Amino acid sequence: MIELFLSRYVYLFVLALLAIGLYGVLAKQDLVKKLIGLVIFSTAIYIFYIEGSLQEGGTAPVLDERGTDPALYVDPLPHLLILTAIVVGVGVLGVGLALLVRIYRAHGSLDESVVAERLAGRFPTDTELEDDQAERNPVAGADTPDDAPGDTDGDGRGPA
Amino acid sequence: MSQLPILPLLPLLFGAVLAMLISLWRAEAAQVVAILATSLSLVFSVTGLIRVVNEGRLTYDLGGWPPPVGIEYVLDPLSAFMVTIVAFIGLMVSLYPVEVAFDIRPGRGMPVYALALLLLTGLTGVMLSGDLFHLFVMLEIYAISTYGLVSLGGDRGTFAAFRYLLLGTVGSGLYLLGIGFLYFSTGTLNMADMAAILPGIADSPSVLGGLGLIVIGLALKMALFPLHIWLPDAHSFSPPGVAALLAAVQVKAGAYSLIRILFDVFGPTYLGAEGLPVSTALIWFGLAGVVVGSVLAIRQRDIKRMLAYSTVAQLGYIGVGIGLATPLALVGALLHVLNHALMKSALFLVAGGIIQRTGLKAIPRFAGLGKRMPLTMFGFAIAALSMVGIPPLAGFWSKFYLVLGAVEVGNWVVAVVIGASSLLTLVYFLRLFEQIFVREPEEALVAEATEPGSRIVGTVWTLAAAIVLVGAFTVVLVGDVLGPLAERMVG
Repeated sequence: MIELFLSRYVYLFVLALLAIGLYGVLAKQDLVKKLIGLVIFSTAIYIFYIEGSLQEGGTAPVLDERGTDPALYVDPLPHLLILTAIVVGVGVLGVGLALLVRIYRAHGSLDESVVAERLAGRFPTDTELEDDQAERNPVAGADTPDDAPGDTDGDGRGPA
Repeated sequence: MSQLPILPLLPLLFGAVLAMLISLWRAEAAQVVAILATSLSLVFSVTGLIRVVNEGRLTYDLGGWPPPVGIEYVLDPLSAFMVTIVAFIGLMVSLYPVEVAFDIRPGRGMPVYALALLLLTGLTGVMLSGDLFHLFVMLEIYAISTYGLVSLGGDRGTFAAFRYLLLGTVGSGLYLLGIGFLYFSTGTLNMADMAAILPGIADSPSVLGGLGLIVIGLALKMALFPLHIWLPDAHSFSPPGVAALLAAVQVKAGAYSLIRILFDVFGPTYLGAEGLPVSTALIWFGLAGVVVGSVLAIRQRDIKRMLAYSTVAQLGYIGVGIGLATPLALVGALLHVLNHALMKSALFLVAGGIIQRTGLKAIPRFAGLGKRMPLTMFGFAIAALSMVGIPPLAGFWSKFYLVLGAVEVGNWVVAVVIGASSLLTLVYFLRLFEQIFVREPEEALVAEATEPGSRIVGTVWTLAAAIVLVGAFTVVLVGDVLGPLAERMVG
């Protein structure tokens, strides 16, 4: 039992990080914390790959005078895969943060329940919010043809 | 080694870069680039489809590195079929007027068409990839483009895009984790190679774990119930052109990956018997998606949200078809991929036309639109009747094959639910029909409305014509392309 734990402890950490990350994404109210949870989740996956690439007694996968036997080197392919995945993750993080900047500018808060409430229109509509929306979405007449921020989609809840 | 497998992708990729650069010079030029790129891709994919149907699968090794060392691009009838759909819908959305399609009149330097072309590149890459990790990279490429495109829908779109980002990345992460399990068990990432190795290690828990993770990750991308929660918000709050692209082709990439990996990489050893009850799960969750999606669609007052929930239901059909795992059911699922792409994009483009002329999105206020916009509404009628499943339009045939497939294995529950859900679909479209064709115009916005521009009517009619043609030539399509393909994959 103990040998099993000692030889596989990294996978337990991976599992813990996956759980923590998923908890962050699903249970946290703050949007930035959700994003951080996502990063933790992705990092756990990277650690899993790196752990799986390890070779007992292997060294860095650069060909040297030890020879060409693959058992002497760590498997380089997962490292490449994870480099790609990290770059993708950074891209996603960048887009996520950019979206958060827009959400913050529009609603002044990064709390999910506050933003959801404002979007559902249960907050009193303030003119600031509508001016912001009007200037940020220069739509050529596709939303409100008569420029009045009324109930245009008939769901009883303010501008679409 | 033919170059045809990579050709459908290249115009889209280079078109994306070119659209970005050319929009710095003149913003309208980007749309021209998009139209050219998607047309070129369509030409290549149709050529590819005809060639592989007659001659068999073609492969192309990126960089000249042979598999399993290098990344392989595979063009077989399934990929060519899907890539043609992507290119065609991409072309339709590119032709659509930009302010209505994307809710924004792009200024100089705004990469709206570049993002759309990147989305199409990612989708095409997913469908052509012969390597599991390359599929992940392409999956992420199109997902990131989608996050950007959905956020064009204003504040609600931005929030929906953020939520979709969270869930979508979790889904891709699960898929990546699954590939990790498979790689460490088999030592390869190439699909064909892995298909040769996998049957021998069917009792390995890590392989089964990989299968489970991959199925869940892809089911999330495909918006299969209960992992569909990101879809209604993302599709209803995005601009009509974006929603057309998303509903028509983006979720189908997830379905395609599932079909490819389940049937070609894992094969019959893994489906159902020992190991994981993947087929049963897909059937039951698919049926649940059909019922939940249809019922929730009935409750919606906003037309885009109704169409979004309808998409959840239609994806349930595709899930059921994949789960049944018989040739006829798979034919039904693939046919539904094509039909739903045509029907749903036509419906979203019609919604765009309505929004352009009246700004209305609420169904109760649509009264009398048929009299003011007869041409557009004719296209709507064809698409809606096809969705309900009226023969001889295309939508009927996909449900027909699904039911045949279900009856073939004796799964009567599926057959009954598919039939009953067509009635549910009829309910929510009947409301629209009544509003549009039977009632008189009640709102001033409707009474003064005119027919939307010629490009909107043109694209809607092209899609409607495609629906009619596909319906008429289904037998040819199934006999020559989909039938043999399904036989090879499942039989």
